[in-house]
Amino acid sequence: MTTEAAVLGALGHVRDPELDEPITDLGFVTDVEVGEGAVRVRLRLPTYFCAPNFAYLMVADARAAVEAVPGAGRAEIVLEDHHASEEINTGVAQGRGFAGTFPGEATGELDELRLVFRRKAFLARQERLARSLLDAGMTTERLAAMRLGDLEDGDEVRKYLARRAELGLPVDGDAFLLVDPAGGRVPADRVVASLRFAQTVRISIEGNASFCRGMLATRYGLPTAAPP
Amino acid sequence: MYEKDGEKYFVVDGHMHFWDASPANQKNKYGAGFISCFYDYHRNLSPPEYVWPQAKYEKYTEQDLMHDLFETGYVDIGIFQPTYLTDFYVNGFNTTEQDAVLKEKYPDKFVLNGAFDPRLEEAGLKDFEELVRRYNIKGVKLYTAEWRGDSRGYKLNDPWSYRYLEKCEELGVKNIHVHKGPTIWPLDRDSFDLADVDPAATRFQGLNFIVEHVGLPRLEDMCWIGTQEPNVYGGLAVAMPFIYSRPKYFGSIVGELLYWLGEDRLLFASDYALWHPKWLVEMFVDFKIEGDKASELPELTPDVKRKILGLNAARLYDLEVPAEIPRPAEPETEPVGSETSA
Repeated sequence: MTTEAAVLGALGHVRDPELDEPITDLGFVTDVEVGEGAVRVRLRLPTYFCAPNFAYLMVADARAAVEAVPGAGRAEIVLEDHHASEEINTGVAQGRGFAGTFPGEATGELDELRLVFRRKAFLARQERLARSLLDAGMTTERLAAMRLGDLEDGDEVRKYLARRAELGLPVDGDAFLLVDPAGGRVPADRVVASLRFAQTVRISIEGNASFCRGMLATRYGLPTAAPP
Repeated sequence: MYEKDGEKYFVVDGHMHFWDASPANQKNKYGAGFISCFYDYHRNLSPPEYVWPQAKYEKYTEQDLMHDLFETGYVDIGIFQPTYLTDFYVNGFNTTEQDAVLKEKYPDKFVLNGAFDPRLEEAGLKDFEELVRRYNIKGVKLYTAEWRGDSRGYKLNDPWSYRYLEKCEELGVKNIHVHKGPTIWPLDRDSFDLADVDPAATRFQGLNFIVEHVGLPRLEDMCWIGTQEPNVYGGLAVAMPFIYSRPKYFGSIVGELLYWLGEDRLLFASDYALWHPKWLVEMFVDFKIEGDKASELPELTPDVKRKILGLNAARLYDLEVPAEIPRPAEPETEPVGSETSA
């Protein structure tokens, strides 16, 4: 048998792919029940019509994360109050895959979708780091020449490096900081334009995350934090 | 019409509804879930004094609508954007025919838009042509995520979508309002994906594509497509209410859109009855973008606000603007997607 804390710890590594934040921080995990040889986790989302593909990814990822916890046994993930709860819960429990869960409506699995959003999350995090350096007075030339080893260690930097690693991009100290999602270096004369688009991506992700939190609070009558 | 600090604004509400989501009209759990999701949007983003009881929100009256838009909400002309959802609601959520009742009663107050569904193929094409001729329709609202039987949506660049868009060109239906999410076909794609707007806008350059909700939650895709396609516009329904609860975010959204698309391609909308136009108009006219130093966001001048609140929509729909409304000067800085269509 495992513990509730260990299960929650594992769920803390499951992210909403669109918002790039852990489902535990977002308030999506409502209950963890640890039993003999089995764990039951209940999830909720901000709206009844949240996109079924992201919902599926979170349920499937939660199952994999919990079952990887030593002693957890079988994981039952129950998504509640969603238009496709029944299909998703059954599909994930039976390991049908996404296409098997929605026969006729999906043409494949969700790897491509996940990749698109990992790239966006990477761009947004890179822009945030770059912007703080520019705000502190760094020139674009210096920024373009900056390597990962020059970064000061911290929570944001570690998360950024993790996103790079997920995309298969180099994370050693000699690697350049500013790269595109395919790993190509951003030259000094492209820094401004490249960050300008990444800024739009960051604003979009941050705004969506803040809105989803608000909708969850409204839906379930939770206390709301003051808007940022 | 709205007036503040000596400035006059002609107000076109680019996206509004007269819906019936009452329990009697709900066909199934999806109909109940849909309006309850809308109600959460309404409660989450409205100032408390504008929040309605749920029963009124499910079905409001003609008097409510006329009062809120035209007596207190400063709206000069409202554009009806039908949303059929006949798989969720017995008589539909908000059909062209339902909206037409008010259009016939108050012809000067409304623009009546229609809709088509390419999945109805040849038979639907004939019905669509009849609808356009019957009501003299100049625009359509397409809900590409609309469920129909087992289908969870369609794409704008499907062959049958192109057939319908050709029909739009032929009949003079030049404004194509596109609403994305929350599902899509196929389901493994990003549900809010705007990728199909791009080829459709390239192919049909005589049509205007107004992406509703400025593509939210895919603001970045909206901006990107907007820079490529001069006939792509952003409808601000759903983005507007952030002005109250998340003003900094609202400023960022508008700043990004002005930077990439420019002031000639954005349309104000309340999405009534999701939100009441009165507070949206008042707060928008008072609004200043508070950007951080690095972002260099464009300024929201009274001229820019006048375009967004009404003049841009008036241009797309050939609406007569009262002579007392000043005509704005040309923008000083060109947006990234600078080939704005006239």
